[in-house]
Amino acid sequence: MSAEIKKENIRNFCIIAHIDHGKSTLADRLLELTEAVSNRDMSSQLLDDMDLERERGITIKARAVRLDYKAKDGETYALNLIDTPGHVDFTYEVSRSLAACEGAVLVVDASQGIEAQTLANTYLALDHDLELVPVINKIDLPAAQPDLVAAEVEEVIGLDCSQAPRVSAKTGENIAAVLDRIVQDVPAPGGDSKAPLRALVFDSIYDSYKGVIVYVRIVDGKIKAGDTMTMMATGAAFSVVEVGHMHATQVRPTAELTAGEVGYICASIKTVDEARVGDTVTLESNPAKEALPGYRSVNPMVYCGIYPADGADYGNLREALEKLRLNDASLTFETESSGVLGFGFRCGFLGLLHLEIVQERLEREYDLDLVTTIPSVIYKIRLTDGTVVEIDNPTHYPDPTLIDSCEEPFTSAHIYSPADYVGGIMELCQDRRGIFKDMTYVSDDRVDIHYEMPLNEIIYDFFDSLKSRTKGYASFDYEVTDYRKSDLVKLDVILNGETIDALSFIIHAEKSYPRARRIAERLKEHIPRQMFEIPIQVAVGGKVIARETVKAMRKDVLAKCYGGDITRKKKLLEKQKEGKKRMRQFGSVEVPQEAFMAVLKLDEN
Amino acid sequence: MPFCQSKCPYCDFYSFKSSQAEIEAYSSALINSIDSWAHKLKSSVDSLYFGGGTPSQAGADRLAQITQKVYQAFNSGGQEILEASVECNPSDTGSKDVMFDFEKLAQAGINRISLGLQSALDEERAALGRLAGVKEAGEAIKRAKAAGIDNISLDLMLAIPGQTKDKLRHSLEFCAQSGAKHVSAYLLKIEESTPFYKVKDKLNLPDEDAGAELYLFAVEKLESYGFKQYEISNFAKEGYECYHNLKYWQTKPYLGLGPSAHSFIDGKRFYYPENLSAFLDGQEPHDDGKGGGIEEFVLLALRLKEGLVEKDLKEKFGIEIPPSMRKQAEIFQKQGLMVCDEKKIALTARGFLLSNPIISRLLEEM
Repeated sequence: MSAEIKKENIRNFCIIAHIDHGKSTLADRLLELTEAVSNRDMSSQLLDDMDLERERGITIKARAVRLDYKAKDGETYALNLIDTPGHVDFTYEVSRSLAACEGAVLVVDASQGIEAQTLANTYLALDHDLELVPVINKIDLPAAQPDLVAAEVEEVIGLDCSQAPRVSAKTGENIAAVLDRIVQDVPAPGGDSKAPLRALVFDSIYDSYKGVIVYVRIVDGKIKAGDTMTMMATGAAFSVVEVGHMHATQVRPTAELTAGEVGYICASIKTVDEARVGDTVTLESNPAKEALPGYRSVNPMVYCGIYPADGADYGNLREALEKLRLNDASLTFETESSGVLGFGFRCGFLGLLHLEIVQERLEREYDLDLVTTIPSVIYKIRLTDGTVVEIDNPTHYPDPTLIDSCEEPFTSAHIYSPADYVGGIMELCQDRRGIFKDMTYVSDDRVDIHYEMPLNEIIYDFFDSLKSRTKGYASFDYEVTDYRKSDLVKLDVILNGETIDALSFIIHAEKSYPRARRIAERLKEHIPRQMFEIPIQVAVGGKVIARETVKAMRKDVLAKCYGGDITRKKKLLEKQKEGKKRMRQFGSVEVPQEAFMAVLKLDEN
Repeated sequence: MPFCQSKCPYCDFYSFKSSQAEIEAYSSALINSIDSWAHKLKSSVDSLYFGGGTPSQAGADRLAQITQKVYQAFNSGGQEILEASVECNPSDTGSKDVMFDFEKLAQAGINRISLGLQSALDEERAALGRLAGVKEAGEAIKRAKAAGIDNISLDLMLAIPGQTKDKLRHSLEFCAQSGAKHVSAYLLKIEESTPFYKVKDKLNLPDEDAGAELYLFAVEKLESYGFKQYEISNFAKEGYECYHNLKYWQTKPYLGLGPSAHSFIDGKRFYYPENLSAFLDGQEPHDDGKGGGIEEFVLLALRLKEGLVEKDLKEKFGIEIPPSMRKQAEIFQKQGLMVCDEKKIALTARGFLLSNPIISRLLEEM
């Protein structure tokens, strides 16, 4: 029955919000109210179905769900809620999700008002010509000031808030008003169902039963089971097995999907790589002349080595990466080996958050103990013999005497922030070798600061530093633009006389001294005292530029061991054995995983 | 004897303040338990140890009564208990307004007193939550001696808040001058469940290096006073090593009665849970797995100054010290942490300080 809804009664929308302003909770309530899902089935926050997403409060992979809503006018509407990921690493995915919508619900916390991402998301939505539906949330909080916040939205964003529903997604208060506003304010989709098929892929997931399920917004034309579809970017053709709509707890197959609708396609697609986000689906029999705009081939920007802490887990790690890749086309990996870490994988990611997410999922969902090396970008190195090599692993950095010149990737970076923080932000960007381009006031007290920045300065905890300098009020977006010549050197870490290849990394020469010092200090803090003294050295091309020493351990003893302590003593020894497993053995030195992370996260403050 | 007048802020032992009626009830339960175990085990005992808590809280009468019960139940054939110790607090036994009848204890067969001195500086004692002062400790020693109990052990604590070598020297000198025969010197460990843990950063605790130095200083000083180290934390005048405690480190059998007391009998370890009412109800002890294996033997032997003696290992388990363990021990010897010869491998005082990782490493070669 859901398929019979006419195009005028379709509303395609997403929800945008600053982190913690209640996006997922509101989505839950909308689902509940449209009875898409019974209370019983709802483990809260249905849209974010990975544990990790729930914990981090962000949505990593987009999902979509169709809500059938009987509005006040007596008509039944199909409201397609398209969820969007919320981090810079996934900006491209967000833009494709937005491109599938006509409207966006803008959620603002009644106690906190407009914050960093509120504005960035608003501009992103306006870029896609979306109709904005402001919603003031969390009115149940004692500190809620809905009138003030509504006025702020009107003033800063220029959005009429006279009709903005004031709701509590937590208690469910006034949620129906949100649905009514969506029906009223979000335009019905356009598109021509008689034109050749053009369907925008905004997500795809791997399902072990159905293979790859492609989430699409039909822009023009129609598609049904039995059709042969073509991916316009890759040219690959597949036979359509099933089309349908996604409801909250199940999918419902339908005869066809037509212009304006949001739905899914199952075809004989084996990997998500074959149905890339942003690609256009058309029909082989009657292909569209032009693909939809905005497709980008997404390439990994950040690489690092991932190794099993226990060499015996190598096979399990490979299997886990293969499984993750089924659902994550932007993750790449290939075998590599390290002198000290043994066999592992060189993995490519969209950015640092993507890296952390993958690492956590591997550890959590696949129960693997991992050692992750310092991330690197891809450097282009011209050798004296005229050849150019691309290096994504510092271990492969050529002998400095053979290098003619180096190039590193640069980005165009935009930081949106309250004007108060401009000083701190600029200081941070300068420190990260940023080149100031311009700054525009987007409102009285909000600025868009534009810098050109080397990518390798961004991947080391830039976002964390930015957040801490702006109390979380700044948001940040970047795009790799070009490669530029740069004076780069490789830093090597030497522990107790042994070079730890997994800790080597490439850095701008000017920054090598302070960075080397910090690395040495951090390692000293994080390498526990052992039975002997451990010299820590950081060197550039054999020249030691920083040095610290971990003093030998002096005291680790169970002073009392009488009748009742013997079992405890045995357990203590067991624990010591376990603790050892979490350490990485480098020659005679044991280095805990945290030490690697500490070197990676060198906060500048 | 899980009773204390007040709880010290560093202590995570099972103990609490109790009424006389509770102590009475507990003593009866203990006596019943002694009877039933004697019946079950059908063997005699040659050492007895009242630990705590604070056994002296029970009063000399009850302690004497329980001691007599042990004699009667276990040693009805007239076997002698060679060493019978009672842990005492200076506040119970040395205050001028308290009468603690050491003579009664001596008559019942108690021949050793272990006194919770902890420090010979009143300011340090107070910081540790101890009720009485050094004067009371001295008085308790005097009274015990007067009753004919000359085997006196003093407990000291090392690496306590604000401790310096000078302050520690004062306490060590007190031990030497008191005429004690035995000293137990324990490095303070901040246990998670204690009040000290919550404020540990504000306690002005000696750091790892300073703590190690205090320990080495104590070992050196005590040796110079004639207290020879025989275990990580234990020192004695010739012939006054604690006969009872040595059994733990030599994996000999022992029976522990009372809540939180552990036993090792016939290769099995078991214990009474930390639950007084369960003990009063006569509930059975809990199983704690097998004991007396070779790993346990090695790790306990290495706590002793004498170390792991090849002859003992051979007698008990039919094997020699594995060559790879010996090799590792020799590496430690080069670092000054162990001494090795044909007969044994043993830890030095510096080695004792690192006994956890050293023993753990050696056991990898087992």
